[in-house]
Amino acid sequence: MRLGGVPSRKTRVLALRYLGAAALTLFFLFPVYWLFMISFKTPDEIYHVPPLWVPSHIQFSNYYVLFKDGDVWAIANSMIVAGVSSFFAIILGTLCAYSLARFNTGGDNLAMWIISQRMIPPIAVVFPIFLVYVYFGLVDGFFGLVLLYTAFNLPYVIWMMRGYIVDVPLELEESALVDGLSRWDVIWKVVFPMVRPGLVATSVFTFVFAWNDFIFALVLTRTEVITFPVQLTHYFGGQSNFWAKIAAMSVLGTLPIFVAVTMMQRYLVRGISLGAVKG
Amino acid sequence: MTISAALDGSKRSRSGRFGRMVEDRLPYLIVAPAILILLLVGLFPLIYSLIVSFQHITMTDNDTSFVGFMNYAELFKDARLWASLGHTAIITAIALPLELLIGFLMAQLFIERMPGRQLFVALLVLPTVISPIVAGATWRLMFDVRFGPIGEILSFFAGEPVRILWTVNPYFVYPAIIICEVWQWSPFMFLLLLAALSNVDQSQLEAAELDGASYFRVLRAIVLPAIAPVIAVACLIRGLDLVRIFDIIWALTEGGPGSMTETISLYTYVQGFSQFETSYTAAIAFLVIALLTVITTLVLKRMELAR
Repeated sequence: MRLGGVPSRKTRVLALRYLGAAALTLFFLFPVYWLFMISFKTPDEIYHVPPLWVPSHIQFSNYYVLFKDGDVWAIANSMIVAGVSSFFAIILGTLCAYSLARFNTGGDNLAMWIISQRMIPPIAVVFPIFLVYVYFGLVDGFFGLVLLYTAFNLPYVIWMMRGYIVDVPLELEESALVDGLSRWDVIWKVVFPMVRPGLVATSVFTFVFAWNDFIFALVLTRTEVITFPVQLTHYFGGQSNFWAKIAAMSVLGTLPIFVAVTMMQRYLVRGISLGAVKG
Repeated sequence: MTISAALDGSKRSRSGRFGRMVEDRLPYLIVAPAILILLLVGLFPLIYSLIVSFQHITMTDNDTSFVGFMNYAELFKDARLWASLGHTAIITAIALPLELLIGFLMAQLFIERMPGRQLFVALLVLPTVISPIVAGATWRLMFDVRFGPIGEILSFFAGEPVRILWTVNPYFVYPAIIICEVWQWSPFMFLLLLAALSNVDQSQLEAAELDGASYFRVLRAIVLPAIAPVIAVACLIRGLDLVRIFDIIWALTEGGPGSMTETISLYTYVQGFSQFETSYTAAIAFLVIALLTVITTLVLKRMELAR
């Protein structure tokens, strides 16, 4: 410690780091701030030259319009599609992961094949899927989208849950088996509770992936089951008088994700690195 | 666990031939539904489109006779296809190193403890979890020539009005796309690298510091080798994502001006869903799969290394 007005080197470094942190936060959050602010502005304020940094007051008419015009159905559709498909992907994927982790079913080849399904670019599979869906009349329906997102998320769930299940001590399961529980009961009553945090985190990320997807939804929806990213692109093009809707819809589609991910902060690193980095 | 549940379990596990049979085959029974769905949605359409790629189906022509490798031969003569692969390569080659560098610098800044660090990290990762189509839309509003703040900020620093048509001007479309891409995904690199850096052996760092080693020496000799596996995984995950980039460009430029920013994913989409070149699109899809299989194999090898 030093007396007098000259700050120590340590203090100066810390001050510089805060300065850097503040600058980074400004750069990475300003667009988000801008989006939220537009959603609160009146049309006059949105199309003001030069742009206004803050709206004169917070008002929700842009959101009200979304409800009045029925555009929020896109959010509801996204909820249903992402929710239901995540549910199925989690149940089926975790069971599959248990088998891979504990019985080494199919050896390394099956596990590799499953994760390679995740790596295939959506555009390369969406076209074949579209052809098949047209043939079976699955385009623009809930069933088709749910089936697709379930399949799309299964490799992720299997891969992640395999990692979490491997971390569960084998002795726990063995003693449960010795106590006379069937393997099926062991899965539900011993393993599931043990991996619950990982399971919740994986569910959240699965939901986010399905929620954020654009390309599958773009190809496989028409008018009935439009998800929110597709609805958003309907406002583009031509006149710019849809800015209010773009901003309000974006906020509605982004806020739930922010909340969910912030709650899952601890699992974020493992979740987005496909389990390769255990944060 | 309740006693009744345990009793129930023990009864079932020893009950009857059927119970035994299910128990013995359980590993396969519980794998089956997932694999079935993957085959149904993943493999079946691929096989179907492989067949289609050897036919000549277009919007007007529903002829299902086989034409051999005609569609694949066509690929080599398609200038727009190769241009789109070039655009994809340019975006990947610029955005990926930038994201890695920015992510690394951010991680360096936050590696030492400081009050409020958790909050900063939580805020900085938000762009990464936004839907890419929303990210694109947001930057489209930001870049707008009349009502967007970017022009205003640039004008302030330039001291004179700056009017740039970011999403239309040929000189600025690529920077616009890359700024948006880097904005969204640098935090991804940041998170992974921050985790990797926190796992670097502290005793080695302290020993090096005692020996008076310079910052860059420590970086090269200790830090980089320690975080290399994570860098590899992060780059390969992001690399794969960049090669199939679609949403951000769709929202920002829709491939324009002309087809200047058309990536391979956009081109495939245009061929399949606005030109309705069914068989040809199937062939493109297989070209993309073939190209990515190479990268994927690399990814998986790396991931196994890092586990």
